Amino acid sequence: MNTTGRPSEFSPEGSHGLDRRSLELRHLVLRAFGAARRGHLGSAFSVVEILRVLYDDILRFDSARPTWKDRDRFIFSKGHGCLALYALLADKGFIPVEELDRFCAAEGILGGHPERGKIPGVEASTGSLGHGLAIAVGMAIALRLDRRTARVFVLNSDGECNEGSLWEAALHASKHRLDNLTILLDYNRMQSYGRTAEVVDLEPLADKWRAFGFAVREVEGHDVAGIRAALAPLPFEKGKPGVLICRTVKGKGVPFLEWNAAWHHKNKASNEELAALYSALEVK
Amino acid sequence: MRKACLDMVHRLARTDERIVFVGSDLGAGAVDGMKAEIPDRFFMEGISEAHVIGMAAGMAMEGKVVYVNTIATFLTRRCLEQVILDLCLHDCKVRLIGSGGGLVYAPLGPTHEAIDDIALLRAIPNMTILAPADAEEMKRLMPLTVDHPGPIYIRLGKGRDPIITPVDQDFRIGRCFLLRPGNGLLLVTTGTMGRMALDAAELLEQRGIDAGVLHVPTLKPLDAEALNGWIGPVPAVLTLEEHSIVGGLGSAVAEILAESVYPVTKRFARMGIPDAFPKNYGTQASLMAHLGLTVASVTTKAVSLLTGRC
Repeated sequence: MNTTGRPSEFSPEGSHGLDRRSLELRHLVLRAFGAARRGHLGSAFSVVEILRVLYDDILRFDSARPTWKDRDRFIFSKGHGCLALYALLADKGFIPVEELDRFCAAEGILGGHPERGKIPGVEASTGSLGHGLAIAVGMAIALRLDRRTARVFVLNSDGECNEGSLWEAALHASKHRLDNLTILLDYNRMQSYGRTAEVVDLEPLADKWRAFGFAVREVEGHDVAGIRAALAPLPFEKGKPGVLICRTVKGKGVPFLEWNAAWHHKNKASNEELAALYSALEVK
Repeated sequence: MRKACLDMVHRLARTDERIVFVGSDLGAGAVDGMKAEIPDRFFMEGISEAHVIGMAAGMAMEGKVVYVNTIATFLTRRCLEQVILDLCLHDCKVRLIGSGGGLVYAPLGPTHEAIDDIALLRAIPNMTILAPADAEEMKRLMPLTVDHPGPIYIRLGKGRDPIITPVDQDFRIGRCFLLRPGNGLLLVTTGTMGRMALDAAELLEQRGIDAGVLHVPTLKPLDAEALNGWIGPVPAVLTLEEHSIVGGLGSAVAEILAESVYPVTKRFARMGIPDAFPKNYGTQASLMAHLGLTVASVTTKAVSLLTGRC
């Protein structure tokens, strides 16, 4: 019996294929998770490689000047996966690494969902799903009105594709021919309750986005070189917003998290569970 | 009032490049002047209010001042979470212009009747709520909305509402003022209900009751200090609004009354739309009459409030 929701075609346990940087970023995620003993760990591990490529190779930013007018805007719309965002913001110097130790703490700035105005580098407060894309559309239009070359990126989850507001915003991104807007879609095929195919099937997902007027690309979402190559030519098509559908694994890197809905959100994680997490992600 | 409001958006946009107009699916020809003159900053986005509010928030985060107009119920009920999170949590300079405040759309039924807009929005931090009495007051308030911090909701009346505000009355967001002085009883109103209150005050005068009328064009932040100043000396306060008696002006005034100590013992009552979905159609005026909102009923209520029979 398949108790985890793991598809039968899934690759062998333990061979996560992550390189040293991906493991070290996951350690930053664990540092914050361990401080609060809670968080959406699976959702964070799902997007580490997407964020890594984005911050390492694509986004124009200056962490010393987080409101620099010509920066690229990045909206982390699946706010619950913010542990990965916090890891990158710490890695890039937007926030001190020590801030991770105050995740969800009363006096900290890093909450269970990210907030604009509290955290340098966070463009929009997110947490309730289906809000980020519309805000991104507004930003992309405003940037174009101001004749700025800054681009707008949004990270959406597949669960967010349940929200009608996301598809409303998609219609308008297309209507306004926003080729300065690119969606990174974390398609891990899991949501809180279980597999997306069982809760509400999104397939044919790429066709849906194409039908909404987007230029669509697909990539394996933990393949760093592949993501980098996919995002190298932007926009994907002139006059069209783009979506990069990233096929990911929720909980990527830790066998007992992968495809396991019980780890969608965890609280009161034990010492043993924390040790097992570090053990699975050992940097060799 | 709507025309005055939207004309002002156009006029202000001529000289301020930050100003953007967004409609959903307005009537044909709406705001055509601005569309022709400043097409880059005119957007008609279709029937997608959740998106419209998020998009307006995104524009405001980039420094725009965004005026959004559609029917009041769709701006408040339909996309309430977007209003709360995208606009108010981010404290965005977005101005929601709600067409048909109250029972303006009486012939169209409960889906279009904005009887709870003030209650819904009053509970949200950072929101400012304006309900002017007439088109002239609208013209005076609109320039102030450009640089006012945070989101604003502007509640529109039917149109061609009688002008009742003095031409020399400076508008200040957050302030209320007397339309008519009087020490025997204070009628507290908002929006276009000032006319009914003034007419009731005339009738009350004929019966020897010196009724004042206080107009509250800013429902949030409520001018509690001034309200208490006017309320203090009178023996009775009657609130009157084209809104549910739950959560609107009457509730807001009741909160102030309940937490204040006055030298004169107070009698207090609220008049508004009963806590039920209106069942009738007809005109705005006929539905208001059916729900007990007439000059005569206000007068009767005021008398009974003073004589202790209510």
